[in-house]
Amino acid sequence: MAILEAENISKSFGKAEVLKDVTFSLEQGHALAIIGSSGSGKTTLLRCLNFLERPDGGVIRVKGEVLFDTNDPSTQSEAQIRKKRLHFGLVFQSFNLFPQYTALQNITLASELLAKEQNKKDPGKDNKRIDLKEIKEKALVLLDQMGLADKAGLHPYQLSGGQQQRVAIARALALEPDILCFDEPTSALDPELTGEVLRVIRSLAEKKTTMTIVTHEMAFARDVADEVIFLDDGVIVERGKAVDVIENPQQERTRQFLSRFSQD
Amino acid sequence: MDEILVIIEILAKGFLVNSRLFLLTLLFALPLGLVISFGSMSKVKSVSAVTKTIVWVVRGIPLLLLLLIIYFAPGLLWGISPWGTGNSGRFNAAVIAFVINYACYFSEIFRGGIQSIPIGQTEAGQVLGMTKGQIFFKITLLQVIKRIVPPMSNEIITLIKDTSLARLISVYEILMRAQEYAPRGLIWPLFSTGLFFLAFVGFLSLLFGWFERKLDYFKV
Ligand SMILES: Nc1ncnc2c1ncn2[C@@H]1O[C@H](COP(=O)(O)OP(=O)(O)O)[C@@H](O)[C@H]1O
Ligand SMILES: [Mg+2]
Repeated sequence: MAILEAENISKSFGKAEVLKDVTFSLEQGHALAIIGSSGSGKTTLLRCLNFLERPDGGVIRVKGEVLFDTNDPSTQSEAQIRKKRLHFGLVFQSFNLFPQYTALQNITLASELLAKEQNKKDPGKDNKRIDLKEIKEKALVLLDQMGLADKAGLHPYQLSGGQQQRVAIARALALEPDILCFDEPTSALDPELTGEVLRVIRSLAEKKTTMTIVTHEMAFARDVADEVIFLDDGVIVERGKAVDVIENPQQERTRQFLSRFSQD
Repeated sequence: MDEILVIIEILAKGFLVNSRLFLLTLLFALPLGLVISFGSMSKVKSVSAVTKTIVWVVRGIPLLLLLLIIYFAPGLLWGISPWGTGNSGRFNAAVIAFVINYACYFSEIFRGGIQSIPIGQTEAGQVLGMTKGQIFFKITLLQVIKRIVPPMSNEIITLIKDTSLARLISVYEILMRAQEYAPRGLIWPLFSTGLFFLAFVGFLSLLFGWFERKLDYFKV
């Protein structure tokens, strides 16, 4: 069964229809790449999944549970949406690390706040209390996986863009989201720094992390993603196995788009 | 020699009045300014329109005039003296006028500081499941503070010097005391008041410098 089902997602800003009945699903352990030209609605789609934008229409289901349904107001309260967000993680194009915290604190902050809330709600049972030390140890393991074991105590301004983005990935992973979303994770990086970030995402794919990746790195999408969606003007024009869509697109619009990347 | 010491003591007592006005203004104007800044950023159009109008009027009127209005208007218009009588009444009126004036200036500094924080910071907090309160207190606030230290220190240094305006409603502060010696041909007390302000501003500058260094461990 699909872990994520998005049905007929639509979103307008004023008169501009940015997403038009976008429907797709994603299998557990799969990586889905979303490609398309600038302004086609890729970021908006990820933002809808993370509830940073409210879709005007559509249904979002995770593991069969309806998280959001425009026809069901009971799925739309602010407090509920906060909890539901935790099904998703989002890695931003511009990292958005918290500058006043170290790499380690960036990763532990949200988990600590959640744990404190949980412990307050459910005091007493000491054995069930979520341990702040465990949170820290888990964060250190994540940093190590990102190849940043020696950077735990540094602040964002002391890190390169590639290192910052890897901290941001660890921060999103710390909450163990069902689906991890990336919005052009290497677009803000100098070319020589994209490799280290793409390598990390590739290793996540090898560990069967469920992911949705908006990217302009076509070779990367072909090699790492299981499936590719080509989004054009808010409509899914083509979707299929990554190799098929990128090596052998069926639609004229996909071909035109991909021809701009033909150098790789 | 004795007279010099006596005069200096009188001036020092006057400067205590300036310092009290300074501290009370900060104590009330800082939180009030934060509330006003939230008002001017409110998504409710009428709230932000009213708040912005108030800020425009208060910032548009010379502080001196505001002081006179606050002190005299209740009596002239309604025949009441809400600030109390005598010395303490005049001092209270000065505090009210200064708080209103400075809260409006501070509110614009707060607004600028809050709006200068990239929306991505809030969004990063949101996708990590944080509440609005957690985002404000754990993420935004310290970044705002770091950004507003320089403009705030300017404004606060202006405040201590502005406190001597209170003499125009006969608050018996340092400059008013010093001026009393001028008709007797004693000019030095007036000039020496500058030393009190210089020392105080020097102390403030050191304090702000220390605070800025405390926040040097990160960049925004
Ligand atoms: N908050 C917004 N308000 C108005 N228009 C927006 C907003 N966000 C995105 N858009 C518009 O929606 C369209 C799709 O944007 P986006 O999803 O960022 O595209 P992509 O990520 O594929 O480049 C663009 O035309 C953009 O200008
Ligand atoms: Mg985008």
